[in-house]
This record gives sequence, structure tokens and C-alpha cells, in this order.
Amino acid sequence: MISPLIFEPERPGSKDIAWCPGCGNFGIRNILRSAFAELNLRPQDVVIISGIGQAAKMPHYINVNGYHTLHGRSIPIATAVKAANPSLTVIAEGGDGDMYAEGGNHLLHAIRRNPDITVLVHDNQIYGLTKGQASPTTMLGMKTPTQPWGVFEEPFNPIALAIALDASFVARTFMGYFKESVEIIKKAIQHKGLAIVDIFHPCVSFNKVNTYEWYREHTYWMKDHNPYDREEAFKRAIESDPLPLGVFYIHEKPTFEEQVPAYKRDKTPLWRRKSKLEEIGKILEAKRTF
Amino acid sequence: MVEFKEDVSIVLGGAAGQGIQTVEEILTRVLKLSGYNVYANKEYMSRVRGGINTTEIRVSSKKVRAFVRRIDILIPFKRGVLPWVEKRLTENTVVLGEKENVEEEYLSRVNFVEVPLNEMAKEVGSPLYLNTIAAGVVVGLFHGDFEALEEYLRKRFGSKGEEVVLKNIEAARKGYELGVKLCEEGTIGIEVKRDENVKKEILLSGTEAVALGAVAGGMNFLSFYPMSPSTGVAVFSAQHAEDFEIIVEQVEDEIAAINMALGAWFAGARGMVTTSGGGFALMSEALSLAGMAENPVVIHLAQRPGPATGLPTRTMQGDLNLVLYSGHGEFPRIVLAPGSIEEAFYLTAEAFNLADKYQVPVIILTDQYFVDTYYNLPELDLSKIKVEKYIVESDEDYKRYKLTEDGISPRSIPGYGKGVVVANGNEHDEWGDITEDEELSRLMQEKRAIKKLETIRKNAMMPELVGREDAKYVIVAWGSTYHVIREALEVLNREDVAFLHFKWVYPLPEKVEGLLEGKVIIDIEQNVTAQFAELLKKEFGLEIHHKILKYDGRPFSVEEILDALKGVLE
Ligand SMILES: Cc1ncc(C[n+]2csc(CCOP(=O)(O)OP(=O)(O)O)c2C)c(N)n1
Ligand code: SF4
Repeated sequence: MISPLIFEPERPGSKDIAWCPGCGNFGIRNILRSAFAELNLRPQDVVIISGIGQAAKMPHYINVNGYHTLHGRSIPIATAVKAANPSLTVIAEGGDGDMYAEGGNHLLHAIRRNPDITVLVHDNQIYGLTKGQASPTTMLGMKTPTQPWGVFEEPFNPIALAIALDASFVARTFMGYFKESVEIIKKAIQHKGLAIVDIFHPCVSFNKVNTYEWYREHTYWMKDHNPYDREEAFKRAIESDPLPLGVFYIHEKPTFEEQVPAYKRDKTPLWRRKSKLEEIGKILEAKRTF
Repeated sequence: MVEFKEDVSIVLGGAAGQGIQTVEEILTRVLKLSGYNVYANKEYMSRVRGGINTTEIRVSSKKVRAFVRRIDILIPFKRGVLPWVEKRLTENTVVLGEKENVEEEYLSRVNFVEVPLNEMAKEVGSPLYLNTIAAGVVVGLFHGDFEALEEYLRKRFGSKGEEVVLKNIEAARKGYELGVKLCEEGTIGIEVKRDENVKKEILLSGTEAVALGAVAGGMNFLSFYPMSPSTGVAVFSAQHAEDFEIIVEQVEDEIAAINMALGAWFAGARGMVTTSGGGFALMSEALSLAGMAENPVVIHLAQRPGPATGLPTRTMQGDLNLVLYSGHGEFPRIVLAPGSIEEAFYLTAEAFNLADKYQVPVIILTDQYFVDTYYNLPELDLSKIKVEKYIVESDEDYKRYKLTEDGISPRSIPGYGKGVVVANGNEHDEWGDITEDEELSRLMQEKRAIKKLETIRKNAMMPELVGREDAKYVIVAWGSTYHVIREALEVLNREDVAFLHFKWVYPLPEKVEGLLEGKVIIDIEQNVTAQFAELLKKEFGLEIHHKILKYDGRPFSVEEILDALKGVLE
């Protein structure tokens, strides 16, 4: 195994970390570094495409390729990066607002499209960067500056949704459980097809309900669960308290990149290819007659 | 007897779903194979059945590439066509067809030649043969190559079995013989020269030119969400995706489309989106990301009239301001607008080199008129296509946003070299990490919005000058109006009028000012507010003396430009 230290960036800008002291994002960063190291990945071969939010700052604090993009847009960008160069390990990363609110539509369609990427959702059940508004996963009744009457919209259940749409890999973890989380992220990265991991992590600044203790008390690890059984997975997904952790569902199926005509005969990444002038010539020749 | 010399404009009109498109296809291909120059363009309603759609086909001794208002021969497939094209009828117009398709009041205004198409179709065996008979009649009028017609029908209907092929050939023959007879008995006279060379030429549409140009320029990733009139480029690309070994993906919305194209470029591929104004509006967020992250991208925008859903199937040049100014914050972009089909091919290919070189969005502006136009052209020279790639290998301390004199930082991609690439839509330092440093923020803004823009401007393409440099009057126009203006100028035949056509619309090279100073400038555009004139004024402080504008969703015709120019010049 290589050392997780090679994922420690040496750039001047990566020293000043913008996360609040005590935030769960630090734990996720350590989990990621260990997972990459245990998978023997090289920094050059990993790409993190992130959206916007505190969670989405990850590319600056870890030594791999990164693209810090727009709120909610990491999935389409990550999809195309993988399609353009399938030899890369591609991760789309963002918060629950990023992935489930602004980027909700892209998530739905990524499940249908099934690119071989890993979607990591830092689910702190609140908007961090914009200072504590409710997110799609904020619990009923929670009061925030913008929901002073308490949230009355039904929280979004990403796990149930993903299973309902027959996603390829669906898991949930809590970053407070380091080793288990590393294992789940490794499985997600190794899984061929779209892997979604909802990662609970406390926001110490704005979410006073879902704390480290809260997640410990209100979650449990699924034992003897068969992730290949969709109905069983769905039953687990709609349990609400305690919330199950682990791999809910796996459905192996062809990926986006496997099905596009670009790679049927030729596996060369798109950027190394030449334009097909001879094919154009043939089409133009045909246009001389009919 | 009505006679047409040198150049005949044939218009077919009918309901959507009535098969006019088939007739158009047969005629353009077979007449070209018979040695005639052809040009075709259509106008259609935003509906799948019914309404009235028309197609204009020009058949000519010389190369023709422009829309004319006048109709020489009209074939109506239903009632309502004549009132629809009322303004385009002349005293010479010959209406060929069934009496039931011609309203009473027109019988005295046009030369009506009754042709019992329906009855003939029934004789062959089914009303379905009507289209083939009509096509046969027109080919017959031109004494076209019947063998070519036969071969075309074989190709087209071959999959439906020998019986259908033979019936169609029989229908075509009946039509053809009737067409020949109409000439021989002196009802219609047609004199258009044939040219052996034309037979071998290529028949290509604006849509196909953009799609093929893109592939020639190295496009290997096309993401799109369907929207008229831009969808054709996606259809063509998808149908050839296996031959070209490219990715063509219909995505959930335009937001995903452009973000995917950005991702493709980030990983070193050459991505494009094809869209229209409404779709582009949704892309403006990601356009800013392209600007900030210096992510190359190519966007084909086929304009149609807006605002909002506007006139979905019609034409306008109303989105220039949209592409010039959309996106938040300040960043450069390149706007191109081909004037001819050949130009669309070469320019679209070049767009990919430009995007790669300058790391900016490159927008190709066409419009419904342009993408739906086609004509014969001798050839496209593939040896002129140069695919220039600017991707560099990264070293360990690679800086994606290195500050340089010309504002261009060498671009590497993930997985190529020893370093990692960090791109960022937040303000960043040279490595790509977030910064809020005063000095760096200023330097990065200047790098993008001033230095890079100036580098692009220095290398911008000059407009094409048609006519004399010392002409007193200069017409300025951009994009699809090119050939209509050229043809009008040929008819006008005045040495004191020149024409500057801008296929490179933004940023404008400084030397343009010299070409326009002291001239009487006539701006011709298909929009309400003369957006390009505004741009000239903004960039060079130039006063535009006359504006010829059209914004009813229909293309300019040669006659219209001519009339308008006469009004301005006299
Ligand atoms: C288009 C757009 N809308 C809104 C914002 C403001 N914004 C930034 S981060 C954010 C929400 C962040 O919440 P989440 O995704 O849960 O991430 P966290 O900060 O909690 O990690 C919002 C609304 C933005 N940057 N862009
Ligand atoms: S705002 Fe919350 S989630 Fe964001 S860094 Fe601070 S503690 Fe962490």
C-alpha cells in the first residue's frame, strides 16, 4: 500500500483550510485519502469534480486532479470527464444542497445514464457555506434563520430515491466511523457504474440537532443485508430511526462509457484521437450522388 | 406560353406530413445529377401535421445560393397555399396542380396549368404516388435525367420491396412524360443551361456543414437537448456517431449539456453543444464557469426569433447580444457567424482550435434560414483542415493558471504528466486554489478580461470585402445574409457600393475601423434593434448611417435587399 501522505497537497493555497474547526469534512478528507491509498491510486489518475459549498472545497485540500465547478453541476461534468477518459477514477463531490437541491435533476438522470463515477454527498442536513438554511435533508421541525417556523417539507430520502430508480450502487455511512467509511468508499470507487454514497457528517456551526452523538445514537450498521435484493434494500431505505448504514443496494449493469459508440472498437481516450477526416471524405463523396 | 430563362424558382407548398420534403429531396438531387445548379430552403410551421409549409428550389444556369421572393412555378398540395404565398406571386407565376387546391380568386392572377396529379396517382394504384408524380412533372419540365430519377427512387424505396419501387418508377414516368409534354406543346418554356461539372458536385446543407466541420475540427463529444432549429446537427452527428467514433448524448437539459461539454474539454476531449437561444439562455451560468475556469468549449447556436419561445421554426439574427453579453462577470469569448455552407464547414472546424488555443467559449451563430439551406458546391478541401492541439504535459509543480504576458496559461489535463491539474470557478491563484488575495484577484481578472481578450483581438479574422476598397458606401452584415446581399449587389451593379461581411463577429480586429472610416455605412441585419450596428458603435464609435432590418421571422430575399438598397442609395 502507498502512503496516504502522497495525497497531502503541497500547494500554498491548500494550507489555509476553510472548514470550521471540528467539522466532519476533515474526517471525510482523511477517509478519502486512506481509501485512495488502499486502492493504490496515483494522484494523477484521480479527479474530483466538486460543486459549490463547504464540502465542495475538497479538491483544494487533497492532492489529486480537481475541478471546483458550480453549485449542483458536478455530476454532468464528472460524467463527461469519465466519458472522455475512462482510465481516470472520477469522483463527483458536494453537499446535500449541491447534490439534492440545485443538482437534483442531474442526479436523477445520472442514475439513468449510469456513468462509472462515484458520487459522494457530504450530508450534514443543512446548508453550510450560506450559513444555516434548511437543505433537502433537514429534519422536520428544525428551525433555521430562513425557516423560523420550523421545516415542514418532508425531508428527501436519497437512498430510497436511488433504489427506486434502480441505481447501480447505493450506500450510506457516517464519517465518525472511520474504518467502515473507508471500506464503503473503496467499494464505491471500485464498483463499475454509478455509485452514490450519502455521508453523514455533523456541521458544528449550523446544525445543532444532528451532532456526532446524534448520528451515533440514531444510526446502526446493517448486518446480513443482501444488497442484491432490491425490495429488501428498499425496506431498509425507508427505515427512519435508527437510520441504517452500509451498502443498501448493488445492481451491476452496463455503464454509459461501455455503451457509447466511441468505445465500441477503440478504447483510446478521446483526447488522444485524431479527427476522422477519411469518414468525412466518405460522407462527402456520397453527397455527390444521393 | 410562359417562359423562364437561366433561373427558375419553384415553390412547393402543402401541409406538414404531406410529403413536400420528399419531393424537395428528389428534385434537388435529380436536377443536380442532371447538371443543374440547385438551391433549396424551406419555411415551416411549428406543428407536426397540417398548417402550411413551403420549400423553395432554385434551378439555375449559374451557382445560386440565395433566397428569392418571386415564385416562378408553384405546386400547391392543398388549398390555402396561394393565400399563404400571396406576396410572392408575380404575373408570370405558373401554378401547376389540381384545380381544387387553387382558390377561385387566384385563377385570374396566375397562369394556371391544371395537372390531374390525384387522378394519375390513382391510375398507378394509390394516392400515395402523388409526390413522386409531382416530382416527375418538374424533372420532366427540365428534361432532367430520368435514369437518375429512377435510381434515386430505387435507393429511396428499395427497402420497401420491388413492387413499391416499380410503382414509384411508373408514377415518376407518368409525371415526367407530362412535364415534357407541357414544354413541347408550349405551355411552359424553360431555358436553363446544364453544366457537366455540376453533376459531380456535393449537395450539402448548413446543418450538415456545421456537423461535419465540427467532426473535422476534432469534435468527439456532443451533448445537447433538442431545440429547433439546432437539433439537426445532433441528429446528423448521432447518425454518424459510429463512423466517427464519437459520443453524442441527449441529456436532461441545456444546463447538463454545456456542463458536460466543459467536462469533456477539461479531460482533453473536444466538446460541443448545439442549441438555440432559449437553450443558450440556460447555459449562461456555465458560460461564466468556462470564462473563469478558462475551460474551452464550442457552442453552436442556431438562432430563431424570441423572446422566450418566439417563433420556434422561423429565422432571425436576434441573439447576437445574448451571446456577446451573457454570463455574469467579465471574460472574453469568440463569436463566429458563417455566411456560406463552405464557410460553416471550415469555420466550425477552426472554432475548436480557437477554443483550445485561447481557452474560451467559442460560439458559432447560425440561424434557421442558414441551417435549412442547401445547395451544390464543387468540394470541400479536407487538406485545409488543421487540427491544432495545445495540451501540454504537466510537471510536478504544474500551475494551471500561470500568469503570462499574453494571458494564456499552458493547459494540461488530468492523467497527462507528473502533476495534477486543479481548475476552479472561484477566483484562484496560479495553482488553481481559491484565493481572496487583493493583488491576485486583480491580476487574474486582468489576465482573463484584458490580456487574453487583446491577444485574441490581435489574431482575429478580418471581414471579407466584396467590391472596391474605395467605394463610397459600405454595407456591413454578418452571418447568414451573405449570399442574399451578394446576389442583390450583383443585380445592382454599382461600383460605389462595397460589402463587408463579418464571419468573425467578436472581438473585432482594430483594422476594421480603417475600412469603415469616412464611409456611408449601411447595416443589414435580421433583428429589430440593429445589434451589430450597436457593436460597431460601441467598439469604434462609428456612426451607422442606414439600417436595413427585417424581423418578421422570414429570411431576407434578394429582391427585398435590392429594393431597400435602392431606397437608401437614391
Ligand atoms: C447558483 C447558485 N445558487 C446559490 C449559491 C449559493 N450557495 C453556495 S453553497 C450553497 C449551499 C451549500 O450547501 P450544501 O450543498 O449542503 O454544502 P455545505 O456548504 O453544507 O457543505 C448555496 C445555496 C451558489 N453558489 N450558486
Ligand atoms: S459550515 Fe458546517 S459543514 Fe461547513 S465547514 Fe463549517 S462546520 Fe463544516
